[in-house]
Order: sequence, then structure tokens, then C-alpha cells
Amino acid sequence: MKAKHQRLILAAFALVGVAGAGVLGASALRDEAAYFRTPAEVKAGKTIVNEPMRLGGMVAAGSIKRQADGLTIDFVATDGKASIPVQFTGIVPDLFAENSGMVADGRMRADGVFVADRILAKHDERYMPPQMGDMPKDMKVAPKV
Amino acid sequence: MHAYANPTRFLAIAKPLTPWLLGVGLLLVLGGAFAGLTMVPGDYKQGETARILYVHVPSAWLGMGGWTSLAVAGLVQLVWRHPLSGIAARAIAVPGMLFTALCLATGSIWGKPTWGTWWEWDGRMTSMLVLLFLYAGFIALTNGDEGQRQGGSLSRGAAIYALVGAINIPIINRSVVWWNSLHQGPSITLGGSSIDKALLWPLGLTLLGFSLLFGAIVLMRMRRIIADNRVAARLRRLADEED
Repeated sequence: MKAKHQRLILAAFALVGVAGAGVLGASALRDEAAYFRTPAEVKAGKTIVNEPMRLGGMVAAGSIKRQADGLTIDFVATDGKASIPVQFTGIVPDLFAENSGMVADGRMRADGVFVADRILAKHDERYMPPQMGDMPKDMKVAPKV
Repeated sequence: MHAYANPTRFLAIAKPLTPWLLGVGLLLVLGGAFAGLTMVPGDYKQGETARILYVHVPSAWLGMGGWTSLAVAGLVQLVWRHPLSGIAARAIAVPGMLFTALCLATGSIWGKPTWGTWWEWDGRMTSMLVLLFLYAGFIALTNGDEGQRQGGSLSRGAAIYALVGAINIPIINRSVVWWNSLHQGPSITLGGSSIDKALLWPLGLTLLGFSLLFGAIVLMRMRRIIADNRVAARLRRLADEED
């Protein structure tokens, strides 16, 4: 066997080994590397009240309610399988809207309401011109920025 | 393929190819940027900020494609010891790192108005930052080393580093699928594109344009390394004659 072939076989084995280690590492990180937990995951697991966590999901249609103080909002985060009520006081990003994704930093309260101290909007992978968007009929105008 | 591993034959092709890659690449980038900024509509939800994708996506592609080429060059160096593979890896590292940085910067600028944050430690962003550090490590490892003074070949350590670092490329690609992430899932997959055609076509122009530019930069850097080698060889000969 030529030295060249020996090196090629060695490199191939090393590559397979490294790739295997990578896959093992990635799958071991499955939960730890997740940026947020979905409502179904929260409901399925033991949720520790008052422990900091991140909740991600869609803002349920028609669920955003603004309280009298003008700053606090209540809404329902859902992933289609489970729903969790969320309360937040502060300014939300421009793209935070019903039927749209969001990620909230906060804690579960004993009564099952998630109290967020920060909210981020999550964008999905769809990009399209304004006239094609799933917007309510009275909003079918290009958003002015 | 072996024929082009010879520096002289490589130069005979690279020299006339460089201005073409550079010229056509620049034209496509400028045309794509113009179309992306003025001719297509903004996104229905994000508005005008979506237009940054015409720079962000090609940057991500070249940052990741750059390391993939670096790893292939490392493999060729390890197994076949072609004289050009180390030179190619050295030439790729700096533009690869530059585009990775551009990807992170444009992503951050887009993230603030879209998500409401400049930076989050989610899978996509973290793995892309790791790629930036991998490039920095490779440059630190190869800049001024023994191989650079002796024709540009990679040391075994640097070649193995390039190969092992490649494990991060599929992780970046799959990070938004394997793990819940703030970054959205892939828009363009084998099954099609969820970016509407009306917004998609300038991306094709800038993707190809930036890729050609990247190729031109790499060829220029490779030619410079080969020229440096020749100067060094000539100086050595002169020094030997004086003895």
C-alpha cells in the first residue's frame, strides 16, 4: 500500500470519528442548546415556580389584552398543542403581534401565569411582498418604515 | 486535477481569470444591491429591514463555504501533499473570516429592529460566532509559521485543525432545525423557497456576485503567496552565489 493511500484511509477514519463525536455532542445538547421551551414542553415537564426560563410560541389570535395602566399586556402563548397565559409590563418589539412568534424571558407564577420581564419577536422563514401577506383586510398597505 | 496543482499551470489560468471574476462579481453585486434596494418591495411584515438579506445570506454562504473549502484544502494537504493546497487554505482564511464577520454584523443590525435585540445566545448565532473564532485560530496558527517561509504548505496540525473545524459547518446549517432558536428556520431548502419570487431574484444576483468576488480575492491572494515564494527562492539563490 502506498503511503498516500495509508494517509487517505487514516484521514477517512479520523473524519468519521470526528463527525460521530459531533453528532453525539449535538444530540446530547438537544435540551441544553434549545433557546426556549415551548408551551407543550413546559406542560409536559416539571415546571419549577419562580425559576428563570424562556418560553417561546405563537401569540394566540385575539388573545392580546391591554390593562388599564397602558403598559401591561396579557396574551396567550401557544404551540398548537398547549397554551400558557403570559403577562408582561413594558414595551414590546414592533413585530410582536397576534399569530406571530415570540420568545419571553421570565418565570412561572404559582397560578400558572408566565410573568415575562422581556419579550422578543420571532420572525418566521417566509418573506413576501406586502400585498401577499396574511394581513387583516384594513391593513393591506405596505408598512411605512 | 493533478495538472492544475502545479503552480506554473495554475498561474497560467488564474492570471487571466482574476479580472473576469472581479469585474463580473462587482457588476452582479452592484446590480443585485440596486435591485434589492429599489426594485423589489419590502417584506409584508418586516418592511424595509428585510432587504439586508441580500448581503446577509451571501455572507453566511461564503463564511461557511470558505471553511468547507479550507477543510478540503486541509484534506488534500494531508493526503496528497499538493503544493497548492496549503496556499489555497492560507488564501481562503482571511476573506472567509471577513464574510463571517459581515454575516454576524448584518444579522445583528437586522436583529435589533426585528427581534428587539442585537445579540442572543441561540444555536445559530453561537455556532456562527464559533466559526469566526475558528477562522481567527487558523490565521493565528498559520501566519508566520514554518510552512509560510517554505512554499506555503500547511503543517499537519493546521490541516487537522481545518478538518476538525469543519464539524461546525453542518451544526450551523442544522442549528435552527435541531434546536429551538430565535433565528428563523431555513427559507431556501431543496423543497423550494419560502421567500417569494418577487423578493428572491436579487438574492440570486448578489449570491453569485459575492461568490465570484470571493473567488477573485482568493486567486489574488494565492498569486501573491506564489510570487512571495519566488522572490524568496531567488534571494536564496543569490545568497548562495555570493558564498
